[in-house]
Amino acid sequence: MRIITLLLISLMSSAGLAAIQVYEFDSQEQEVLYQQLTKELRCPKCQNQNIADSNAPLAQDLRQKAYELVKEGKNREQVVDYMAARFGNFVTYDPPMTPATIFLWLGPLFFVLGGLAVLVFRTRKNAALAEKPVMDPAEQARLERILNGDKD
Amino acid sequence: MDNKPRLWLFLLPLGIFLAAVVFLFKGLYSDPSKLESALIGQPVPTFTLQDLYEPETRHDASIFKGKPMLLNVWATWCPTCYAEHTYLNKLAADGVYIVGLNYKDDREKAIRWLTDLGNPYQVSLYDKDGMLGLDLGVYGAPETYLIDSQGVIQYRHVGDVNDHVWQQTLLPIFKDLK
Repeated sequence: MRIITLLLISLMSSAGLAAIQVYEFDSQEQEVLYQQLTKELRCPKCQNQNIADSNAPLAQDLRQKAYELVKEGKNREQVVDYMAARFGNFVTYDPPMTPATIFLWLGPLFFVLGGLAVLVFRTRKNAALAEKPVMDPAEQARLERILNGDKD
Repeated sequence: MDNKPRLWLFLLPLGIFLAAVVFLFKGLYSDPSKLESALIGQPVPTFTLQDLYEPETRHDASIFKGKPMLLNVWATWCPTCYAEHTYLNKLAADGVYIVGLNYKDDREKAIRWLTDLGNPYQVSLYDKDGMLGLDLGVYGAPETYLIDSQGVIQYRHVGDVNDHVWQQTLLPIFKDLK
């Protein structure tokens, strides 16, 4: 029983070690930046995984490159630009505003403004209806006569 | 108050619907694994790499100048590279100038591969760490780049080069390269 437990523990630890690369950083900020970058950079080979989550060889290369760049003192923007210059904007989960992506920013605004326009239009229409007398003067006079008890 | 039905008000939702149909229908047939290359219209990145056969010989980006050519990224671990190799041999026999980039591979295995299957490459670069591959934005071998005589990348094809791809896509662009 003890042997089996030991065996299991050794298996688990080797599996865990295999997936972890150890990187040394000069400062806490660099480490935080590296972690942030690996979460927001997308692996070009795999569909919808960031390079932190992916085990693809390409993701390993990109982690290594991101590490080197961070270590050189590059900031977030410089690293993202470096990757985007090679793999295109696909590589970032926070794409910049370009003619192809402008709808992502303006689309919601377009719908909000459209909704407001409809709202304003309808309110105006109702207000105009409320102001307008329901009956023409002849009918109005007849109604008053009836209400006052006069007979036709 | 005019209660005449206004035609455009009825056509507007239909228009939006049709636009959505076209957009989504196109989406059905787009391949999300195909990426646009960020390097189209740009010169081949600078590099210094060993020759595959002779480690003492170094090559740099100047080998891409002088005539239109293909840059083929390949590796022995890549099954699709095996599939396209025969066709590359055929292209080379037809006089197409091809530079090979052996990507993240083992030198001995790569040389054995070319000895056994034939060598379609005029120059063979050996990119052990995949650093030129990274600069090119290679995300999966095989990839084939069309490069003009100025050393500027004009097109990238991801996946194998076969007769269909060559005749339909690559050859028309390659013929127009200056």
